[in-house]
Amino acid sequence: MVFLTRRATFSASHYYWNEAWSAEKNFEVFGRCANRNGHGHNYTLEVTVAGEPDAVTGFVVDLKWLKDVIEREVLSAYDHRHLNLDAPEFRHQIPTTENLAAAAWKRLEPAIAAAKGARLSRIRIYETPEIFAEYRGEA
Amino acid sequence: MKAYFGRRYLLSASHRLHREDLTAEQNLAEYGKCSNPNGHGHNYVVEVLVGGAVNAETGMVIDLVSLDNAVRDDILDRFDHANLNLDPLFEERVPTTENFSRAIFALLKDALPSGELEHVRVEETENNFFECFAEG
Repeated sequence: MVFLTRRATFSASHYYWNEAWSAEKNFEVFGRCANRNGHGHNYTLEVTVAGEPDAVTGFVVDLKWLKDVIEREVLSAYDHRHLNLDAPEFRHQIPTTENLAAAAWKRLEPAIAAAKGARLSRIRIYETPEIFAEYRGEA
Repeated sequence: MKAYFGRRYLLSASHRLHREDLTAEQNLAEYGKCSNPNGHGHNYVVEVLVGGAVNAETGMVIDLVSLDNAVRDDILDRFDHANLNLDPLFEERVPTTENFSRAIFALLKDALPSGELEHVRVEETENNFFECFAEG
């Protein structure tokens, strides 16, 4: 088994807000991340795919293909967008880095599962160089 | 749903790799310039990964501020701008980064406000790093 990782970057804005809470509680829990006009990050997305290298091509998956899948499924929805306002999955879900990693998994997993012999293994998203989250498909 | 939250911290510390049971020559053979008598220092990067259920109300595995507080109280306040050899943990153990990463894992695993410590990575320089995982 070989693990292959492709990195991509995107820039997006967001804010943290739980609709069921008062404004006071939102600011108490989320601090300045709750500022209603949002703020932004340069995110780095790492997509890790696992599989056996193909006997003929030597590839787990074709990197150009994976790059195009990431572009189509994730970057087109998130890059230079406001996650709360532009991405349907975050209309009623807080776009924390944890939720963003799981959402990127949901967007990518069907296309990667359809590719012969490879499976999505891990999504890691850096919100800043010092803060990141991972999702590994666990319930 | 289980996810993981990671955070990277910087700490600067000095250390010296040597053992009392070895002669100066043997220490030099074993540890090279790392055994120079007056020690030396590094900017260590400590990467902490916490796993757990994503809280349905906050969308978080662990609150960033509470994680920062735990790491500050148990790791940074203790080791940042300190001499690792003088810490009681390294009285009878060489402060290699292997041992340092294990010490950080042990100190932090019971100090987290939520979630489970999944891994600790300590980068001693840009060219070497050491990892400890929950499974040992």
